[in-house]
Amino acid sequence: MVPVGVIDTAQLTKRYPRVTALDSLDLSIGDGVTGLVGANGAGKSTLIKILLGLLPATTGRAQVLGFDVAHQGSEIRALVGYMPEHDCLPADVSAGDLVVHMAQMSGLPHAAARERAADVLRHVGLAEERYRPIGGYSTGMKQRVKLAQALVHDPRLVLLDEPTNGLDPGSRDDMLDLVRKIGSEFGIAVLVTSHLLGELERVGDHIVVLDAGRLLRSSATTEFMHATGTLLVEVLGGPTAQEKMRRALDAAGLPARPEGQLIEVDAVDDTAYDVVRDLAVDLGLGLVRMQERHHRIEDVFREGEAGSVQPV
Amino acid sequence: MSSPFEERPVGVIHDIGYRPYSGPRLRESAVARSLFITGLRNCFGLGRSGKSKVLPMLLLAIMLLPALILVGVLVQARTALNLDSQILPYSAYPTTLLLIITVFVAAQAPTLISRDLRFRTITLYLARPLRRSTYVLVRVASLTAAVFLLVVSPLLLLYVGGLLAELPVGAETKDFAVAVVGAFLLAAVLAGLAALVSAVTTRRGLAVTAVIVVLLVSYTVVVSVQGIATEFDNDTVAELAGVFSPYTLVDGLQVWLFDTDTSGPAGPTSTWVGLVYLFVTVLVVAGSVAGLLLRYRKVGAV
Repeated sequence: MVPVGVIDTAQLTKRYPRVTALDSLDLSIGDGVTGLVGANGAGKSTLIKILLGLLPATTGRAQVLGFDVAHQGSEIRALVGYMPEHDCLPADVSAGDLVVHMAQMSGLPHAAARERAADVLRHVGLAEERYRPIGGYSTGMKQRVKLAQALVHDPRLVLLDEPTNGLDPGSRDDMLDLVRKIGSEFGIAVLVTSHLLGELERVGDHIVVLDAGRLLRSSATTEFMHATGTLLVEVLGGPTAQEKMRRALDAAGLPARPEGQLIEVDAVDDTAYDVVRDLAVDLGLGLVRMQERHHRIEDVFREGEAGSVQPV
Repeated sequence: MSSPFEERPVGVIHDIGYRPYSGPRLRESAVARSLFITGLRNCFGLGRSGKSKVLPMLLLAIMLLPALILVGVLVQARTALNLDSQILPYSAYPTTLLLIITVFVAAQAPTLISRDLRFRTITLYLARPLRRSTYVLVRVASLTAAVFLLVVSPLLLLYVGGLLAELPVGAETKDFAVAVVGAFLLAAVLAGLAALVSAVTTRRGLAVTAVIVVLLVSYTVVVSVQGIATEFDNDTVAELAGVFSPYTLVDGLQVWLFDTDTSGPAGPTSTWVGLVYLFVTVLVVAGSVAGLLLRYRKVGAV
């Protein structure tokens, strides 16, 4: 395997006696935040375990940071942080002690481990609580501890398995902001899985979609959200004004239809913006909105590619 | 010159952002040592909640108490009682307090072994450079060391007391050294068995019960069988029965290796029985470790 991205796989396949979890997967993942989307059972967790060198692939190869997962698992695990999907925290230890211990398990000397643990716990937003036993923590706090232990040894890549699982909307936003920050400010590559498309649309630079162990699509988030070629227009003055504007647009050769409180206009080229502006001026209407309409990622899947992926 | 009115910020926290780590990353041996020490501390409740310190510390105190009393009597009344050796021989001390040792092993093996499996913390260890086998071996080593410390500390107290009471130094040192070897063998056998039982039963309560059953019931049965066999003058059965309980096994091995007095009803008297004791001891320790490695082979992967 030649390509040395953060993660490269070639024909990666994992078969269990009764089910094929990954089917000839060819992936190439680079820096920044990459979202891995798929329904439950699409093969996300299996892929992560193979990438960590914890599970052997049936056939095919995979590289993480240039190391082969089959023979160099230990080298990979030294440079990768992993946040499991399930609970993995002992109840009778404080977050501070656990994260220090986990830093030492990654090879940091004791003093450095303490310093890093304090730093990382501050970054994930655990302050005074870190001295209390984890057993008394809320789900949101536990997720933060899990994230802290994945970051404490300053990895070059973190694998986050469903980091927003079980969180209320507020904590979910905080977690997604943190994930975004890890990829941009901390400069650590992130592979984050979710079965919720909307989340990954917010944080991911790149989206990989798995369906039943196969690669459905892999492209930049911006590509998923490419312009649809239509404009949304809104003018002041209520439904009558909107209707007046719509007719005028139709007459000017721009097919327009009502879209809720707005008007959706098919814009063939950039001159459409000028036409809309001039029409609004001619009719004496206040133009308050003229925006390109984007796809959301879920629209892409609604086009019949993956019925099994759940939109938000 | 700075103006006297210039205000200097006090107590401001500067957010210096994320700092990468560029310091040393230690190798597996150093990581294993760190895991060993943490495990050993955890066995005595150190680095865990206050509640978890109570039982191990209490048991350690109970282990030391008889030794303290014996030393007191020895130092105060040595001439009056005309003693020239320990009141209770070193090699017999662990068997005398085997209930305390059993409770300690039964309570602490699950905290070290089952806890990581039950809370699935094992995943966090496996996602780090440490190899699976290293993790298992280090865990058993921590438990062995903890049991060894529990057994050996009262012996050390007796030894120091013996020297203070001016017992013959040469004989005391020899007996103490033999007992230390015995304590280590006992610790290895108990830790191996208890770790294996705890790894199979991940529920804490179940593991505690299972370990107590394995260690205590086997001892009771063995001692009964030995008693009955001795009654019927069937010495070979009595001697061989000893291999079926960890306490009589290690006690018998001490008898055969170092010629100490047996603390049970029967110990090996012939070479071939002694060899059986040695073989079974090695088998129990090696078998426990092999069983543990097998148990952990699939953990965390699926």
